[in-house]
Amino acid sequence: MLHVTYLIILLPLVGVGVQLVAGRRLGDPVAGWIGTAFVGASFLVSVGVYLDLLTVHAPVRTFTQDLWTWIPVDRLQVRAALYVDPLAMTMVLFVTGISALIHLYSIGYMHGDRDFSKFFLYLNLFVASMLILVLGNNLVMTFVGWEGVGTCSYLLVAFWFTRDSAASAGKKAFVYNRIGDAGFLVAIFLAYATVHTTDYQVIFAHLSEIGSANITAICLLLLVGVMGKSAQIPLFPWLADAMEGPTPVSALIHAATMVTAGVYLLCRVNPLLHASPSAALTVAIIGAATAFVAATIACAQQDIKKVLAYSTVSQLGYMFLAIGSGAYTAAIFLMVAHAFFKGLLFLGSGSVIHGLHDEQDLKRMGNLRRYLPVTFLTFAVGWLCLAAVPPLSGFWAKGDVLDNTWAAHPALWVVGIVTAGLTAYYMSRLTALAFFGSDRWKAAVPVDAHHDEPGAHHAEGPVGEPHESPWVMTLPLWILAAFAAVAGVMAIPNGQFNLGRWVDPVFGANLYANHLSGTALWVLGVVDAVVAVTFVAVGFHLWSRTAERPPLEGTFLRRSWYVNELYDAVLGRPAQRLAAFCSDVVDSKVVDGAVNGVAGLVKGSGSLLRRTQTGYVRNYVLGIVLGTVFVVGFMLTRLWWA
Amino acid sequence: MASSFPYLTVLVLVPAVGAAAVALVPSRRVASWFHEALGLAVTAVTLAVAAAVTVAFKAHDGGYQMVSSHVWATQLGIRWAVGIDGISLFLVLLTAVLFPLTMLGARARRDPRSFVGWMLLLEAACMGSFIALDLILFFLFFELTLVPAYFLIGGWGYARRGYAAIKFFVYTFAGSAFLLVGIVAVAFLHRSQTHVLTFYLPALVHTHVSGTEGVLLFLAFTAAFAVKAPLFPFHTWSPDAYSQAPTAGAVLLVAVLAKLGTYGIIRFDLNLFPQASRTLAPLLLTLAVVGIVYGALVACVQRDLKRLLAYSSLAQIGFIALGTFALNSQGLSGGVLQMVNHGLVVATLFILVGWIYERRRTWQVSSLRGLQSPAPVLAGVFTVAMLASIGVPGLNGFVGEFLILVGTFVAHRWWAVAATAGIIVAAVYLLWAYQQVFHGEPAEEDLGTTDLSTGERLVVAPLIVLIVLLGVFPKPVLDRITPSVDRLVIHVDTVTHTPVPAGLARTQVAAPAKRPSTGGVP
Repeated sequence: MLHVTYLIILLPLVGVGVQLVAGRRLGDPVAGWIGTAFVGASFLVSVGVYLDLLTVHAPVRTFTQDLWTWIPVDRLQVRAALYVDPLAMTMVLFVTGISALIHLYSIGYMHGDRDFSKFFLYLNLFVASMLILVLGNNLVMTFVGWEGVGTCSYLLVAFWFTRDSAASAGKKAFVYNRIGDAGFLVAIFLAYATVHTTDYQVIFAHLSEIGSANITAICLLLLVGVMGKSAQIPLFPWLADAMEGPTPVSALIHAATMVTAGVYLLCRVNPLLHASPSAALTVAIIGAATAFVAATIACAQQDIKKVLAYSTVSQLGYMFLAIGSGAYTAAIFLMVAHAFFKGLLFLGSGSVIHGLHDEQDLKRMGNLRRYLPVTFLTFAVGWLCLAAVPPLSGFWAKGDVLDNTWAAHPALWVVGIVTAGLTAYYMSRLTALAFFGSDRWKAAVPVDAHHDEPGAHHAEGPVGEPHESPWVMTLPLWILAAFAAVAGVMAIPNGQFNLGRWVDPVFGANLYANHLSGTALWVLGVVDAVVAVTFVAVGFHLWSRTAERPPLEGTFLRRSWYVNELYDAVLGRPAQRLAAFCSDVVDSKVVDGAVNGVAGLVKGSGSLLRRTQTGYVRNYVLGIVLGTVFVVGFMLTRLWWA
Repeated sequence: MASSFPYLTVLVLVPAVGAAAVALVPSRRVASWFHEALGLAVTAVTLAVAAAVTVAFKAHDGGYQMVSSHVWATQLGIRWAVGIDGISLFLVLLTAVLFPLTMLGARARRDPRSFVGWMLLLEAACMGSFIALDLILFFLFFELTLVPAYFLIGGWGYARRGYAAIKFFVYTFAGSAFLLVGIVAVAFLHRSQTHVLTFYLPALVHTHVSGTEGVLLFLAFTAAFAVKAPLFPFHTWSPDAYSQAPTAGAVLLVAVLAKLGTYGIIRFDLNLFPQASRTLAPLLLTLAVVGIVYGALVACVQRDLKRLLAYSSLAQIGFIALGTFALNSQGLSGGVLQMVNHGLVVATLFILVGWIYERRRTWQVSSLRGLQSPAPVLAGVFTVAMLASIGVPGLNGFVGEFLILVGTFVAHRWWAVAATAGIIVAAVYLLWAYQQVFHGEPAEEDLGTTDLSTGERLVVAPLIVLIVLLGVFPKPVLDRITPSVDRLVIHVDTVTHTPVPAGLARTQVAAPAKRPSTGGVP
């Protein structure tokens, strides 16, 4: 089925077309089922392509499908072409699979929404963009998907557009992404300027012609793009705001797929990163720093989705830590496992929010395990996965990352293990607050403007008895929980599902070989497990009985290290003042002033000159004589100089 | 080379004759819709002719095609010389597409007869400007565009139309004075070298121009074009003119007439003064980049949608100039393509903004809110055009912008980097405006805003289709633009003794050998 690879992208696009033409007429829920069906079909085709790819016998299994020439101008020949290899295939499978589940979930979650069909239109468009990003065989194609997912993210975050906070969050997400995209673009230009192509494979074949300085520059520029898309320091603040979007969007775009595009991109360009140790180290440091900072912020958030959002930022940091350490396979492993358990956690939180009639404040939840049993059970799996408790997938994936970090950069390993403790703590805090303790949602807590975050979401009026969600919402929870629990099998050496055996050939010699002894691995594994279990216990103990522990929730952390305020003061407001200055002073006074000044001058000199039109011949003769003298004099000087 | 049927001459004659017909048929003799219907029919015929030209156009020929050249004034050496190449082809097509759509989408509020008459005259003048190969002929058409534009702004404009029209007229006219002097000077220079007085562009390109002469003449020509485009800092007439003009006037001013400026730079500056173009490229590139960043910044604080679009156009025109002065295939092809792209996108945006005004009698961002609720289709179309303007891939804006930036990066790295930063700001002001107007909880009066009617949908549908099509499959267009651009690049490189890039050497279209040895004539 390799020759129908294009169908993987085309099917969701057809879905977009169907929603565009007939979405409103199909309505709720038929439009949703159709949207789900197209993505499901795309998943089935992906499985077929995957099975076919297995039959390719080569050191690296690849397949290129050339569709059409997109931008042909002389040496610049950008083709719309797809490139399939185990790395891309891994992405395609989990992107289409999880997308299909989240589409299904959305049928329930979005039920009754005014723009029900439009939601599926955007969601289908997102899936198509994400697949273009993954399957593109050159930097420009990847960029198409890259900006495409950013645009869909904008449309979906601002989906409930009548809410100002949602509209602003959508804009913020787009602009932060745009900053990153500018870096990505310049990276493309630099690659083209040095090797006259944008095809990955051709670029990798001509590394020596690019030169090491340019390689480092390209990697760092791509890293700027990655910071935007994958919400890394310093471009991470948008992701928390993006939680304004409907929860399925948070699960699909802002946890499982789009934000991992940066991880994918850096894995895709692994030969470049391998050739530039300084760029790789930068990636590792950024990753570690982001993992730690975001984890501290997650410890103090009140909004259930914001905890998960900062947790996503933190987990993405781990993935970049792995990439910077040369452990690409570990990054992919964590990405896939994270897609399962974080998708699960978001959908679970959606179920909670749904059940509590749009309440998102953890302090107004509590004891929900009695009312939402399915949600609780599946959520608990996600909690323990993210906390990296053995033997769930999170333990293996995070362990793989930390082992490799230990071998490559021991100092960063320390950051990693501290962050692992924080992770276990904040997830236990979240779970304890939401599902244990007393029924705090029963008490009508007055809205406390001082205590609340700006733009906090609360249920309107008193909350009724929470109710479990319908089957279209709980079925995806079960499936994701199952995958999240057992995804650790990808770590079994030489096993049927071993991830390394499948994707390692893509990275070849660029993969960092950690020569850790068996003993070292055991020790590190035990350390991971002890840290995870200890901090799960600590977090649970602290938060299962009470919801108020002010010393643990400092304003500094609640306010995300004041980073929004910082950017506003350093960039936002000065830029605004500059723009106002350009408009009010430069444009109207200086530039236009000069124009009006010239006009005035012409008018003035016109009236002055009018006085020379005296009508007396003698005056004119004088003028002619003076003029002649001037001209003759000028010509004489020219002669002289010549 | 003469084609059996004089397509190009017909292209000018149809709207010109149409304008005359409209003027000759008095209103009281016919039904009230007659003149508008006639105007629409004439523009439709023009579109058909333009389509025929496109079909007859030979894709891989970079030279002028369908040339027809007749002596007009023998003593003065002026000819009726018209021809088309890949650089002008799509501008002609753009003009032909936009006029009927504008007539449908932005009708006159009063006196439709005069309105249609001026519109047709404007179309004839635009067509003439794009196909003229004689400098005097070009100048006549170029100036002729001013008259209908002036009357459209002054006659059907809004509150400050008088000021805007005068400013527009005087400013562009002042620029044109330099152009006329420049044209005459080039022709005399050529005569002093060959003893032939001609204004025929293909002949004049062989004129030998010394360094200083070239710079002065280049500046004289560029003065007119920079005002028309407009390039920073010659833009201050444009926010007034665009915001005070009636919708149709604004659409055509910014989508078509502005392109006369950038087209003039490519067609005349680069062809006639290659050395000066290369010498002064850093200056023009700097103005372009300043225009991109400055236009975007100023757009950020505009409270009037039309003024916002005017400043966004300043930034977009900056991109076109940037690609032009990269002086290589990618940059120039991107620039030419971007002229078409910008025309389509900005026309869509201005038409939509005009419709918003028809419904709400305001362009003030602060008076509009939450329009996406009552008018989702309007909002959707606006979104697509906005994303195209921002340069989201998959839509047409990206292809042009990408080519321009790649070309510029190869030639002048840091200018391209600065311009890339400009695209970030572009996202800021457009998304901000969109949020203010379409997002949020609509107020009472916003809820009454009606969505697009079927007729209105049919007007924007072709524009949206073209925006998507050019974004996904621009190859047929680029295949026709690139050979002509390559020819120009080779001309510039040959005259300035720049080694022709390896990629171009094989597509050899221009024949540098043809250059006559006029250089040494005393």
